[in-house]
Amino acid sequence: MGAIHAKGMRKAFGDVQALDGVALDVPDGAFFVVLGPSGAGKTTTLRAIAGLEKLDAGSVHLDGLDATRAAPAARDLAMVFQNYALFPKKTAAENIASPLRARKLPANEITAATQRVAELLHIERLLQRRPAQMSGGEMQRVALARALVREPRAFLMDEPLTNLDLKLRVEMRTELTRIHRSLGRTFLYVTNDQVEALSMADQIAVLRAGAVQQVGVPREIYERPVNRWVAGFVGSPRMNLLPCRPEGRELVGEHGWSLPRPPWAMGESGRPLLLGLRAEDLSLERRDEHATLGGRLYALEPLGDRTLVDVDLGGTVIKVKARPSVTGRPGESLSVAVDLDRAHLFDAETGDAIPR
Amino acid sequence: MAGIEITGLHKRFPDGTVAVERLDLSIADGELFVMLGPSGCGKTTTLRAIAGLERQTEGHIDIGETRVDDLPPADRDIAMVFQFYALYPHMRTRDNIAFPLRAEGLPEATVRERVDEAARMLQLEALLDRRPSRLSGGEQQRVALARALVRQPQAFLMDEPLTNLDAEIRADMRTEIKHLQSRLGTTMAYVTHDQLEAMSLGHRIAILNKGRLEQVGTPMEVYDRPATLFCARFIGSPPMNLVPVSLDDGALRTTGGLALEPPEGIARGREVVAGVRPEALELVASGDGATPARVVSEEVLGDEVIYVVDAGGHDLHVRMPPASRFAAGAAVGVRHTGAPPPLYDPDTELVLA
Amino acid sequence: MALQVDDAVMGEAPGHPAAARRGAPRRRRSLRSWIEIVLLAVLLVVMLFPVVWMLETSLKANRDVYAVPAKFIGFDITFHHYKDVFVQRGGSGASDLAVNFKNSVIVSFFSTVLATVLGVMAAWAYSRFNIKAKKDQLFFILSTRFMPPVVVVIPIFLMYRDLDLIDTKLGLVLIYAAFNLPFTIWMMKGFIDEIPSEYEDAAMLDGYSRLEAFFRVTLPLLVPGIAATAVFALIFSWNEFVLSIFLTSSESARTAPPAIAGLIGGTTVDWGLVAASAMTFALPVLLFAFLVRKHLVAGVTLGAVRR
Repeated sequence: MGAIHAKGMRKAFGDVQALDGVALDVPDGAFFVVLGPSGAGKTTTLRAIAGLEKLDAGSVHLDGLDATRAAPAARDLAMVFQNYALFPKKTAAENIASPLRARKLPANEITAATQRVAELLHIERLLQRRPAQMSGGEMQRVALARALVREPRAFLMDEPLTNLDLKLRVEMRTELTRIHRSLGRTFLYVTNDQVEALSMADQIAVLRAGAVQQVGVPREIYERPVNRWVAGFVGSPRMNLLPCRPEGRELVGEHGWSLPRPPWAMGESGRPLLLGLRAEDLSLERRDEHATLGGRLYALEPLGDRTLVDVDLGGTVIKVKARPSVTGRPGESLSVAVDLDRAHLFDAETGDAIPR
Repeated sequence: MAGIEITGLHKRFPDGTVAVERLDLSIADGELFVMLGPSGCGKTTTLRAIAGLERQTEGHIDIGETRVDDLPPADRDIAMVFQFYALYPHMRTRDNIAFPLRAEGLPEATVRERVDEAARMLQLEALLDRRPSRLSGGEQQRVALARALVRQPQAFLMDEPLTNLDAEIRADMRTEIKHLQSRLGTTMAYVTHDQLEAMSLGHRIAILNKGRLEQVGTPMEVYDRPATLFCARFIGSPPMNLVPVSLDDGALRTTGGLALEPPEGIARGREVVAGVRPEALELVASGDGATPARVVSEEVLGDEVIYVVDAGGHDLHVRMPPASRFAAGAAVGVRHTGAPPPLYDPDTELVLA
Repeated sequence: MALQVDDAVMGEAPGHPAAARRGAPRRRRSLRSWIEIVLLAVLLVVMLFPVVWMLETSLKANRDVYAVPAKFIGFDITFHHYKDVFVQRGGSGASDLAVNFKNSVIVSFFSTVLATVLGVMAAWAYSRFNIKAKKDQLFFILSTRFMPPVVVVIPIFLMYRDLDLIDTKLGLVLIYAAFNLPFTIWMMKGFIDEIPSEYEDAAMLDGYSRLEAFFRVTLPLLVPGIAATAVFALIFSWNEFVLSIFLTSSESARTAPPAIAGLIGGTTVDWGLVAASAMTFALPVLLFAFLVRKHLVAGVTLGAVRR
């Protein structure tokens, strides 16, 4: 139990079409992540599945049963909100017990369940505190406990880590993976952070402007983006996208550079393309004399384990991943080696990937 | 342009909390200097004291040759960019940028010229006639930057200017600020809580904690050799592995048996904490003479994979190339590959060697 | 009170901004604080003199009230006028003024309760639900407040005559509630907008109904806002003059403001009685505001604080 099946979900707020035919197929027990920028309709998707938002069209099936019109309480789902939504006047224990109280369980069962979930999340010492007396990370854990205290069909999570600092976010990522594995239940998780999506998900659905762009396992999304938009959104630093045009055996860029045309892109006629190069597929070390781009150093960004080198190709700035020891002065000329085997090509007009 | 000299800066609020404790900092002329720390560490108070928005309890601030302790903000010849842009909502971009110039009473022709120049530099030409409500977050912050730029002040103060932007735009703006600063050669004091931003932007970074200075250094100095355990935990993601080690047979060993190369001149038999970066470890198939460990979790991040492995009761973060595949639960070997790690005294929390 | 405002702000938004505002420069402190003290003292005298004079008059015997030159100190204190406010002169029954006061209490209490309850519910609906032409509706509601009571009092008088509401306390309760409602709706909507709707969403997923979610989660958080709103509504009803004088004719329904005004006029004015009844009239609202002052401060600052 715990499969979620949504079809053709549409929802408009005034002039804004928040959902424009979103379909999701979440298998039972999956850690399914909906990834997209703010305004893509992620939260609306989640709220529609939870029953907090009425759909203009489309359906939501839970375990094969039509739940499109069911009240939130009847759907048997638990949700974790971005701002935790802990009731400020209640202690952690009362907050956690709230869903059980609403279902009028006997007091001793409520206490036992609260205790059990508090142990699972290591928050026993917080139980008597109110939200105002907790840190962000602690509130986050209590909010999680309130969702976990029942055994619902599925857990819906709306950017639960967004308000935490970096260190806690990294910790909670591992923690959530662990909890998911130990519970074996469906997690439907919404985030705008591609690192969270890549690191935790079994499957990712990338959402943009109310429409699903691509569904797949993390590696697929990263290595085979279906369009320029997914390519640009997933991965940090963002994939470099260079406008170019195929000419004979070469790709010629708008600032005069040229690279050998990858064999799988030979079929393309002269229409404009975008060459997609990830920072790690570029290098300042000479590898292949043929596949190089010349440019000037724009800025150096040391990140500790690597340094990002920004190279100005004459109007377009690309990012190159380099060793942390790299040095240079802005303005000096550089030669960037390109790993063409790992390059991506997109149609400049439609944005769709040219298949290999 | 001018440097900024801070001597013995101390700020105590009327309720008794000490926000900044006897801080000495020296920001060179033309330097991009980043103050980094968690919220409440005193970085913003320090910046506001430089700006004159906050009066220090004790200590002195010099901008260039001038002691500015008693000068109101307007007389300090500095520009500040805020986290919340602070654009005037009823003015078009053009008038927002021109505002500080008009406040100085410059002739309208000069104002126009300087505004156009700043707009060109930040690629705002197309947005000059819009009001802030019709600009995206990134655009608003560019306008705020332009408004600071046109003044041509002695120094720029930046208070977490990128915090409210989306991750993508943040990365672009980071590059833009860095490039702009190196092109103009302006002195810039930049406050952030984001260690990645601090690393990538700063010529030097000052790490603050509870109003005190923990370390000042170039990004790579701070990354390779954090001066305190606090810095070691704060810089880098995933953070540095901090493992208790003891020295015997000329090698540092963790309780899990992991061998590390010892630095020179460390006293034998002492209990210390070693700071090992995730990229200074590697996973190999079990056996192979490496320390046995078990994979706790695998995080595929596209251009790298972060593993958490349990080596003799210690969770270690290991950074591996994207091609590596070790499943959760698998038995593996872990090995140290980098230079000798920095060692810390567990009591003083200071770096030893 | 000032300190509490600060505390409320600090409590809501910990960290530098609030703390920062406290650290004003201390230069030329002595000179500045002297000027401040003098200015404040002058202001205090100007503001408080009428009140003190009223208090003194209410406690003076009649010959001291009319004494020339006026006696600021050194007069005999008598509670004679206060007795006259409540007890019929020369008799034992309640005076007319006592009845008026009772009417004021009843009318303001019930109209405030009515306006606040309806206002909270309406504001919640306007804040949480997608209602057609919501902005227009809200503007219409506000626009009813643009009219001063004196403009509409004649039509209301005619309507009330047909409905037999003239000279009844119920009539006053209804009209005061109606006049307060736009205000309570707008003010409460501000407070409710400040409370994240996720609280109610969370409660609904927990298994509560929509109304239960409102009553169990949002309502307790609204107490400061409700207190602030109720005080303002109460002050309006308590002080209202025009409608009361037009819509009531007998002492049995008339509230205190027109009754006190009625004491002035005629051949002689009993200034002692006027002062005593005015003092008595001013006290309850002061007391009420004092009792809910904590909520009032929290309520008034609620909208100003970033959450």
